[in-house]
Amino acid sequence: MSGPVQGQQKATAAERLVARCVQLAFLLILLGLWYAGTNHWGINQLLLPKPQHVAAELIDILRSGEFWPDLLLTLSELAAAFAISMSLGLTIGFMVSRSPVLVKIFEPLIAGLYAVPIILFLPLYVLFFGLGPASKIALGATISFFPVVLNTIAGFVSVDKLYVTAARSMGASNAAMLRYVLIPGALPVILTGLRMGFIVALLSIIGSETIASLAGLGHRIVHLAEAMDMARMFAYIVFVIAIAAVLNAFVTWLESRGRRT
Amino acid sequence: MAGHASLLKTMGRHPMLAQLTVIALFFLIWELAARFVVDKMFLSPPSRVYGEIGRVFSTKGVNDALLITMYELGIAFLIAVVIGMSIGLAIGLSGFARRSFMPIVLLLYGTPQITILPLFILYFGIGPPSKIAFGVTHGMFPIMLTIIAGVQNLKPILLTSARSMGASRWHILRYVIFPHMIPSFFAGMRLGMTGVLLGVLLAELYVSTAGIGHFTTMFTQNFDPTRLLGLISVLAAMAIALNEIVRRAEIHFSKWRT
Repeated sequence: MSGPVQGQQKATAAERLVARCVQLAFLLILLGLWYAGTNHWGINQLLLPKPQHVAAELIDILRSGEFWPDLLLTLSELAAAFAISMSLGLTIGFMVSRSPVLVKIFEPLIAGLYAVPIILFLPLYVLFFGLGPASKIALGATISFFPVVLNTIAGFVSVDKLYVTAARSMGASNAAMLRYVLIPGALPVILTGLRMGFIVALLSIIGSETIASLAGLGHRIVHLAEAMDMARMFAYIVFVIAIAAVLNAFVTWLESRGRRT
Repeated sequence: MAGHASLLKTMGRHPMLAQLTVIALFFLIWELAARFVVDKMFLSPPSRVYGEIGRVFSTKGVNDALLITMYELGIAFLIAVVIGMSIGLAIGLSGFARRSFMPIVLLLYGTPQITILPLFILYFGIGPPSKIAFGVTHGMFPIMLTIIAGVQNLKPILLTSARSMGASRWHILRYVIFPHMIPSFFAGMRLGMTGVLLGVLLAELYVSTAGIGHFTTMFTQNFDPTRLLGLISVLAAMAIALNEIVRRAEIHFSKWRT
């Protein structure tokens, strides 16, 4: 992901203030259009529910706590999927990175596989593992395996050979080499891979719940869509987006913390 | 140990050969597992999937579904490129627009779009329009962001010197900005294609009453791994071909810089 784009010249405080105002106005106009469209211009409630109804439903969902089973299921699927992809990705990535020959052979293979939309495996996983959580875990683990393993390889390969030679000539053991040279050197790139893997695992799990499942947050949204309960469905969409944003902020924070040490 | 080292060395000299060996080994294991270990209700050996690929195409409606998917991918990609390019240039070229709208673009790009997939089906129906729309929203943001980043990387000195030599706005756009945008344009197209493939296939799989999703669901419920694997292989081949076309174009058109 390209980071925040740097301006060619520093924006002045006044310019930044104007930009904030434009952003605020944009959001307010959007909300205003939504409100006016549904309350006064007669947009069908089945297409777009009234914002006040969505807010009421959201409060109801949060107060009743009915989201807990779905949330816990989705999060436990995520935890299982990420645990699998992280352990496999780190191990395989480390082993491949130990030899330039292996890197030359496997890196293009893995990167090439990554170009296939892995969501295509979902029907296959449903056949293998059924409609329950197992197929979601398998898909999430498969999709998030790729950024983890590719970044692990890239991270270890990027460690400066000079440090390795220096540590070796000063008599570092294999364990010491790993602990004090390789891991600190590779960590920033690996952490980025882990963060990306975590996010795509979350997205693919919600996605596979949307496509074929029995429970979970994605399933809940589809269920409400099929019941045409639009206000509650919108409330759940807001809820899921908020959960995703919180998780995203959390792993980004973890990543920046890990980089500093 | 000596044999091991010399084997590594030979593989290092012929990485292509080693890769082909790895792929062949993978298929061999798959073949053996499917023949002797795994229940044939769940897994078919690759030889059988390949041999009976004709059965996939002769299933009533599969050809149409594949053609429609191809059509959706093409249209969605075109729309995503046009929208992504124009918004990207509009935002990238003006400091004011960039400061104001860049955070909004990043916010939209960061939201998990999969949560609103049911809405797309509700608004656009179960036919191609909903899938095209979902593909467009997945494809346009990477294109937009790459274009914005590309505009940022233009050297100000090029713009200044063109202007001081009396180039008009159009001339600057045509002779300075466009040629320098070509690499990021194609990089954006590649990322956009990945997004469009994801969006269209997600929507195709979600709708289980028509199109590809109908057939994957049917083959899964009938425990017909041969046809399921065949159909998935055809779709994967389609995706790889499209990705490869865009990647080749990127390499081809970025050459002048080096």
